[in-house]
Amino acid sequence: MLVRIISVIFIVVIVAFGGFYAWAWHSEIAPVRTVDATTFDPALVTKGAALAAVGSCAVCHTKPGGQPFAGRYPVETPFGTIYGSNITPDQDTGIGNWSQAAFRRAMHEGVTRQGEHLYPAFPYDHFTHATDADIDAIYSYLMTREPVHQVNRQPDIPFPLNIRLAAAGWKLLFLRHGPLAPDPAQSPEWNRGRYLAESLGHCGACHTPRNALGAEKKDEAYSGGESDDWRAPALNEKSTTAAPWTAESAFQYLHNGFDRYHGHASGPMSPVAENLSKVPEADVRAIAAYIASLSGADDAAKAQRAEAALKAARAKTPTVESLAASTTGSASTGAPADGAAIFAGACASCHRSGGQAPRARPVDLGLSDSVNAPEPGNLLHIILSGIHPQTRERGLIMPGFSAALTDPQIVALAAYIRSNFSDKPQWSGIDTRLTQARKKNGS
Amino acid sequence: MTNITVNGTQHTIDAAPSTPLLYVLRNDLKLNAAKFGCGLGQCGACTVLVDKKPVYSCLTPISVLEGRNVTTLEGLGTPDNPGPVQRAFIAEQAAQCGYCIPGMIVRTQALIEHKPKATEAEIREYMAPNLCRCGTQVRILRAIRRALSETHTAEVVR
Repeated sequence: MLVRIISVIFIVVIVAFGGFYAWAWHSEIAPVRTVDATTFDPALVTKGAALAAVGSCAVCHTKPGGQPFAGRYPVETPFGTIYGSNITPDQDTGIGNWSQAAFRRAMHEGVTRQGEHLYPAFPYDHFTHATDADIDAIYSYLMTREPVHQVNRQPDIPFPLNIRLAAAGWKLLFLRHGPLAPDPAQSPEWNRGRYLAESLGHCGACHTPRNALGAEKKDEAYSGGESDDWRAPALNEKSTTAAPWTAESAFQYLHNGFDRYHGHASGPMSPVAENLSKVPEADVRAIAAYIASLSGADDAAKAQRAEAALKAARAKTPTVESLAASTTGSASTGAPADGAAIFAGACASCHRSGGQAPRARPVDLGLSDSVNAPEPGNLLHIILSGIHPQTRERGLIMPGFSAALTDPQIVALAAYIRSNFSDKPQWSGIDTRLTQARKKNGS
Repeated sequence: MTNITVNGTQHTIDAAPSTPLLYVLRNDLKLNAAKFGCGLGQCGACTVLVDKKPVYSCLTPISVLEGRNVTTLEGLGTPDNPGPVQRAFIAEQAAQCGYCIPGMIVRTQALIEHKPKATEAEIREYMAPNLCRCGTQVRILRAIRRALSETHTAEVVR
């Protein structure tokens, strides 16, 4: 009897695994000779360029200082580091011998031309919603780039996750194929924005928290996630920004990298905004309309609240006179870690009103999301490294203070900024968070 | 009162805690090499070393320097006995108006200490915070390369 039960279990397991393996198995798609770049329709290439910018493909497929799309950018995950692959049309090391069908399959199913499962660091859980026409446009764009010979770097992932079949198991659990059904109750602009944000834009990859297996928690969509030790803020009703996101604010932020109600796109968001500056305005407005709707539909009411928040933040921005008063006499302790004195000496040349003004004012700190956030990580990263527009990108420099200020001084400064510019309660554990940020920052 | 060490000499500074280090250097200690350029941390003319790392002295309040070591251009050599980086800048005649040069030399000193084998791309990245407006960037880069190749451990007069 026991033997029979064990045999049945054994057979069931074999059949189940066989079924899984059959399901997971993908055949190779035959290689093609490099497609002649001149055969692609220029209009399609242009469309593909814009869509590739919506997806910020170049970010993870270009190593720092490397050739565009040639890969090797390290994507750090809780499971190990995965390196963006070479997606230039190089015949040997890139995707030069990929047919359009192979490219579609990779985007929709996360499978290479050779039939190998890709790890979900490549966000095919979003790209699977993209239309064939849009994927074909991106294919045209990539196939007309300069081929770069650069061998892909294998992921640093420990056993057993280094077995590619693990990615197939992940897909079985979390990958849901198919187009997004339009919401007829919403405007065409909103539906367009939703399509771009949920598919190629993959906004949720950073802004949605992930479960223990690294999949987005769909029931907590846009509740805030993380990226590269930066906090990707919540975009839904859990948003902690002082001024709510309106469609216009979100458009300014996404398209220009700066919005007067929210400040600069910094950290991992900085290249996203840089990419979106190259996308047709109508598409960025559509994404902005969708993103703004996540935190409430009444845009006019939100605009009013944003105006009130702006006024309140202006009132908190120090003047030349208030700064002088706060750092002389009994108001200042003069101790090396006196947040008020550090702010007055290190920050207030720009972060103040009145007096001789710098050419462009930074955001009023009371509006900054980093100052109002639930945890101090983003503010600490900005204090350490500053804000640096990329080469040829417009924008001001904020210098970093990692060398000038000691850890206790940065902790005091962050606490001072929080208590003076935000209505939210003081952070706890700023010092341990700073240690983590310093480690990431390499300072 | 703040106790700081500048170029090896201890000073007790009586200034409001938010007073920029640059003002203390120039007005109180008569060390006029570091320059006021923008006052906003955008140009690098005021660069000095604090604990061997380059900082903008115009945005460094004196109070944060209690017990720390500051090195200015004056600490890297004298007119009669210029330091290795200064000698490289003289050899390449890297100054035109000269306003940015103290900051350039000080940051080059830090480059030599932290990245003695810097590649051309690393040199440019490291020096990016310091601006020159009158056009001697090419000579400045030549001077930096010379300084790097002539010494990998420049002596610092303290």
